[in-house]
Amino acid sequence: MNIFFTLVQRDLRLAMRRKAEVLNSVFFFVVVATLFPLAIGPEPAMLRQIGPGVLWVGALLATMLGLSRMFEGDYRDGSLEHMLLSPHSLGLMVLGKITAHWLLCGVPLVILAPVLGLQFDLSEEALWMLSLSLLLGTPVLSCVGAIGAALTLGVRGGGILISLLVLPLFVPVLVFGAGAVQALESGVGAQAHVSILLAMLLPALFFSPWACSAGLRIALE
Amino acid sequence: MSDVVLQVLNATCERGGRALFAPVSFTLLAGQAMHLQGDNGAGKTSLLRSLCGLSSLSQGQVLWLGQPVSLVREVFWRDVFYLGHALGLKDELSALENLQLCAALAGQSLSASDAGQALGEQGLGGRMHLPLRVLSQGQKRRVALARLQVSTARLWVLDEPLVALDAVAQHALTALLQTHIQQGGMLLFTSHQSLDVGNAMQVLRLQP
Amino acid sequence: MAIRWFYYAAPPTFYALAARLWPWLAMLAAALGVAGLWIGFALAPTDAQQGEGYRIIFVHVPASWMSMVIYLAMAFWSVLGLTFNTRLSGMMTRALAPTGAMFAFLSLWTGALWGKPMWGTWWVWDARLTSELILFFLYLGYMALTSAIDDVRRADRAGALIAIVGAINVPIIYFSVKWWNTLHQGASVSLTRSPSMAQLMLWGMLLMALSFWAYTLAIVCYRVRSLIIERERHTEWVQALPEVSGVKA
Repeated sequence: MNIFFTLVQRDLRLAMRRKAEVLNSVFFFVVVATLFPLAIGPEPAMLRQIGPGVLWVGALLATMLGLSRMFEGDYRDGSLEHMLLSPHSLGLMVLGKITAHWLLCGVPLVILAPVLGLQFDLSEEALWMLSLSLLLGTPVLSCVGAIGAALTLGVRGGGILISLLVLPLFVPVLVFGAGAVQALESGVGAQAHVSILLAMLLPALFFSPWACSAGLRIALE
Repeated sequence: MSDVVLQVLNATCERGGRALFAPVSFTLLAGQAMHLQGDNGAGKTSLLRSLCGLSSLSQGQVLWLGQPVSLVREVFWRDVFYLGHALGLKDELSALENLQLCAALAGQSLSASDAGQALGEQGLGGRMHLPLRVLSQGQKRRVALARLQVSTARLWVLDEPLVALDAVAQHALTALLQTHIQQGGMLLFTSHQSLDVGNAMQVLRLQP
Repeated sequence: MAIRWFYYAAPPTFYALAARLWPWLAMLAAALGVAGLWIGFALAPTDAQQGEGYRIIFVHVPASWMSMVIYLAMAFWSVLGLTFNTRLSGMMTRALAPTGAMFAFLSLWTGALWGKPMWGTWWVWDARLTSELILFFLYLGYMALTSAIDDVRRADRAGALIAIVGAINVPIIYFSVKWWNTLHQGASVSLTRSPSMAQLMLWGMLLMALSFWAYTLAIVCYRVRSLIIERERHTEWVQALPEVSGVKA
């Protein structure tokens, strides 16, 4: 269990010393959220309708943007090989890296989303649900995206390739995440959506480190 | 039989569907070293990586303490130290932080003072708190050697350890390896230069 | 039994077997296809609600089925490949992928052709069509990944992993898209609301499905033979083949 915290701490420390990369995803999220009203029009009623969807897509794309960096650095300087040769569980180490990625990429999105949601004139309840759905959904995105990142290590066209690979797998999270906010707004209630998001999160946390480890070992053969 | 620590039987690696070299077999006992030789592209790095478990052998078996490595991976990896072409060091962290991190990954406990002492002996005493990216390539190699110095692993697998080292550092490395062998450790390495680690050194040349 | 399977999984044996099989499979595919299309376009009656346009289902539905079945087959071979490390598994998966992608695309295209006269639009966010689109992306992802990795062995294994992960996710994706669709009350090109399935029509679709299946087997045999020659070109048995050494058979 110790090795999990060691990896989280290590990745956070590395990111703190290279701040520019962390801000990339956040900046992209803000840009996407700003461009949509500019493209579609400022009418509040319509913005309220598209707001949850736009913000969710923005969060999804921002996460996709940062995926290739998850293992790239370690791959290039040989640290990944040492992780593969470690007596500790590779799955735990990978989970540590995924957690660090989520803390650096997902959590800022969760915090920023309600702020951007104000630009879309979303109600207070909608903003809370947006944050909750992102809080439950972004870890799944990090977990599933990690598998794509592991498989495409060192491959040309990595960024686009990862996006193509993980996009189908992200669809369920997107549907239920954005759907939760819309369900709340339309009065139907979002309990089902939230339960389903939880039901996706727990298996993702269990299975993706395992699939990711397999992917890493394949990539470093 | 309990002395036979590393046994390699009929091992060969594959690339692009064809075997890189004729199958090799050898045994390493405690206190022995093996110099793996071969032309460029003969498959030395592939063999080292396969023996450690990063790749898989297309044929043959590796036994550690009499057991197939695939069954005792955790035990094996606790006792193996692999240093390849890439050093496995993070540029943003200091030499001291790197050493402690590597030890933690290898399942070894390493105090800050021990780490500092090892770095001092490698001539990096004044620079151990600086991020690695401000050090030269040779100095980074010395940090890797410091890792070697504090490692408790029994089997050291080194791929071209002399690269980028000046004469003084090469001398220090040779002394380090000799000490390791004398203390009952094992060494498996490739090098285009010769390394004198004592009398108990085997040589194996990979043939296509 | 296990020994027999591994015997057939050896490239030289499969090569010879595939050579004998594929012409027969191709002929079978053609025969079944003609029969199916005959039923679909000549024998089946005109529908009261949808007129002649509905006949496209004789291609659309079997194509959808095939795109699903082929993906499952790819997942099956991927599991075999990662477990037993056989070379043939990777080749089978790679050979199946383009055909599966083609059927997915055919399903989408015929779905659009069906939709236009019915609903007036070329695309409809129907649950099944949307799932089909995502399945198409899964195929593209597999093909892109395997072609981007240079090392053949690594490409096979990476592709196998993504195929398995995709296969596990397909039910989840389908469920979520269905949920999304019913929630938003989208239009539906559903079969349950289209002409009541007369026996004849089911037969027609079944024949088309079998024809597509025979075609898939034929083309996979053909492709795997090419892959075998390409990958095993260093071995003696390949170099001794008449088609490779140029010796007149």
